[in-house]
Amino acid sequence: MIIAEKKPLPEVLGMLEGSSEVLVLGCRSCTAICLVGGEREAMETCEALALHSEIKDKGWKVRSLTVERACEREFLTPLNGFKGTVVSMACGVGAQVVQEHCPDARVVPGVNTSNMGAPEGTGTFVERCAGCGDCILHLTAGICPIARCAKSLLNGPCGGSQNGRCEVSPDTPCAWDQIVKALERQGRLDLLDANIPPRDWRPSRNGGPRRIVNAEASPGDAQRRWREGE
Amino acid sequence: MSVSRLQEVLDSGRFAVTAEIGPPRSCETERLRETARALKGSAHAFNLTDNQAANVRMSSIASSVICLQEGLEPVMQMTCRDRNRIAIQSDVIGASALGIRNVLCISGDHQMFGDHPQAKNVYDLDSIQELMVLRRMRDDGTNWSGEALPQPPQLYLGAAANPFADPFEFRVTRLAKKIDAGAQFVQTQCVLDIERFKRFMRLAVEKGLHERVHIIAGVIPMRSHKAALFMKNKVAGMSVPDSVVERLRRASDPREEGIRLCVETMQDLGSIRGVHGVHITAIAWEDIIPRLVTEAGIRP
Repeated sequence: MIIAEKKPLPEVLGMLEGSSEVLVLGCRSCTAICLVGGEREAMETCEALALHSEIKDKGWKVRSLTVERACEREFLTPLNGFKGTVVSMACGVGAQVVQEHCPDARVVPGVNTSNMGAPEGTGTFVERCAGCGDCILHLTAGICPIARCAKSLLNGPCGGSQNGRCEVSPDTPCAWDQIVKALERQGRLDLLDANIPPRDWRPSRNGGPRRIVNAEASPGDAQRRWREGE
Repeated sequence: MSVSRLQEVLDSGRFAVTAEIGPPRSCETERLRETARALKGSAHAFNLTDNQAANVRMSSIASSVICLQEGLEPVMQMTCRDRNRIAIQSDVIGASALGIRNVLCISGDHQMFGDHPQAKNVYDLDSIQELMVLRRMRDDGTNWSGEALPQPPQLYLGAAANPFADPFEFRVTRLAKKIDAGAQFVQTQCVLDIERFKRFMRLAVEKGLHERVHIIAGVIPMRSHKAALFMKNKVAGMSVPDSVVERLRRASDPREEGIRLCVETMQDLGSIRGVHGVHITAIAWEDIIPRLVTEAGIRP
């Protein structure tokens, strides 16, 4: 899922100058699960903004609303025609889709979107995938070196790996140490004998913003071409 | 055929000496020239680091050229941290055009350790892929995309190895991977834990790696037990035995003891099967290098 962190309240307050109607928009998907942007957090932020408005005499009309998934417009119909300020508690994707859905509104981020990760215990979330567009998990014992090695090395571990820890932080496990040990456990260390050559980064962000067409699921021409086996 | 003196020395079976010169933080060209003049003749080749510890310094290309002008043979270090494959190939073509032959391919210290922790790193390639790219340029006469190079760069390719990082057994596999990728010589992390280094070398020799690459063992002179403690506790990928710290702590003249320790280490290393030279890293103490090689009896 997408992992986000709450923005400090003063930073959010600074984005609201000149607003009159303020809608704090929660999302019940990823940011709710990482406990920063769900219904409860949206309501808390809403109360804080209302209190600030009252104390500082800002005159904001603040309310909160939480949708199922801010990144899909079919869930955004309650926002139809909204022209005020939206404090988005959804991820950066959600915030942008909301802006597209409400072109006359001012959408500001209430969270910092960080990465694609998974919970580790309670309240801790760790990056797992960098969305690089060319998955090699079958070569690396299901541990991604692009996302989890500080240098994204494809032929690691580097010389800074010690006691299973990354040189960058003692809190960070060395992904390549984990890969080597996992492959050893699986009896597949021979996978590491072959060098992985320089990769093509075009499927990653380096080919520009990515547009993925799933022909099977697309309407119109793309699906017709898929059906006809082109 | 040798393209550099370092290659000639190593290929002829002689014991090679290399030493590190940290480029200045700014345009202190004269200071670099003075260092170069003072060190001339005390090693076969000199490594010019590439923004070591991720601190901004004079480029390794420029400082390598200045050393060349002073009659020293440079080993230009080139990290993958700050350059993509376009810049790496371009810089190496430029370096070779300027007379630089020895290139050390390394991934580079993470920028978190340096003076610009806010920087974005590159890592388009890793050190093994950098070797693959440079070897193709030299041997196949094409750049990585396959475009012909009418006059390919002349290169003697090196890599780093750290026998003190983990997982231990994999360090030998990694050395083999670097040789497969094109490494002709390897410079190791500084050896203070000689027992662990010997175990590493035994494994490397068992695999016959010493016949496929020239292994140059790193050494570092230390001026005090505090320097040893710093390396033990603060430098990633170092192994410093307590006995070394204790020896320096108890010495009446720690500086002299540090020199003795370094000289002894170099002599010990020379007797290990598969070790073809030593690499001296005397951080901010480069002027001690001539004395070290003289006392160890390995002055070129």
